[in-house]
Amino acid sequence: MVSGLIGKKVGMTQIFREDGAMVPCTVIQAGPCVVVQKKTAAKEGYDAVQLGMVEFVKPKRVKQPMAGHYKKAGVEPGRKLREFKLVAGTDAAVGQRFTVEEVFKPKDKVDVVATSIGRGWQGFVKRHHFRGGEGSHGSMFHRAPGSIGASSFPSRVFKGQRMAGQMGNARITVRNLEVLEIDGDDQLLVLKGSIPGPENGYVEVRRAKKIAKK
Amino acid sequence: MSSLIDKIAKKQFRSDVPEFRTGDTVRVSVSIREGDNKRVQAFEGTVIARKNTGAGETFTVRKVSFGQGVERIFPVHSKVIERIDVVRHGKTRRSKLYYLRDLKGKAARLRERSDSHDTKTEAKAS
Repeated sequence: MVSGLIGKKVGMTQIFREDGAMVPCTVIQAGPCVVVQKKTAAKEGYDAVQLGMVEFVKPKRVKQPMAGHYKKAGVEPGRKLREFKLVAGTDAAVGQRFTVEEVFKPKDKVDVVATSIGRGWQGFVKRHHFRGGEGSHGSMFHRAPGSIGASSFPSRVFKGQRMAGQMGNARITVRNLEVLEIDGDDQLLVLKGSIPGPENGYVEVRRAKKIAKK
Repeated sequence: MSSLIDKIAKKQFRSDVPEFRTGDTVRVSVSIREGDNKRVQAFEGTVIARKNTGAGETFTVRKVSFGQGVERIFPVHSKVIERIDVVRHGKTRRSKLYYLRDLKGKAARLRERSDSHDTKTEAKAS
């Protein structure tokens, strides 16, 4: 059994709980995924499986080296490959398919890894929610950073000083999201809360690594 | 909206929501939990807005209670709602009746709607 699946973010909606509470949720189409390659301690130095999401891709769109890789496993070519660890004490064979209802069940906690929406080079105000200066009333300080540290001591800028720069388009992990619902027919996974990335973006969903203490 | 999202959202839609519009007077029976007890409280007033679609659809009910205007926003498909009764159909010319907030007493009344479709639904209700 694999510990996670590749998925595609479908979008967000709301779900009513039994007690009447309305919870925001994200719908992910996760799987079915197929094992394309096995990594072993003997050969690669660690145990894992490489999964591919089962999706139709025009054969001519598949690059030659990748076509060979899929052919070796005897599976249909897909768009995305990701490695996942195996659940301790279980095994998986190359070509084996995993569906969402096999890997997850409601009330499980999962981590989601995805690439956040890129926002390019952004200033302080947008990137770090700094306040900036007044717009008018004679103010000549609008969206500039201001001081970034003291002078002769320490004579340098401390590491980690928040400044303008690339915002988004980074690999982000969201931990411990609750599985609310699973739909086996369309391989849908409904998670409580939001996840990074745009709709139709690829995400990794895996069993939570660190379960939060109650 | 994606059809897959619709699929998840539609599962929890209520089928017992009567047809009502802004301007209608409705009685919303809300279940309230007090510790282990559950009781039903009615909130009756004019629908002054219906917003959004799908699972997030809401409506705003306004009433004047002891001279104080009170508004409650309910999600249409909420499980807290026991039932919705349409008491009266009001005639309006806009979809949002926020102007009622500035009116008091007799000025805040709405004329009764009298199209054939609604008399039918009223007949069914009574």
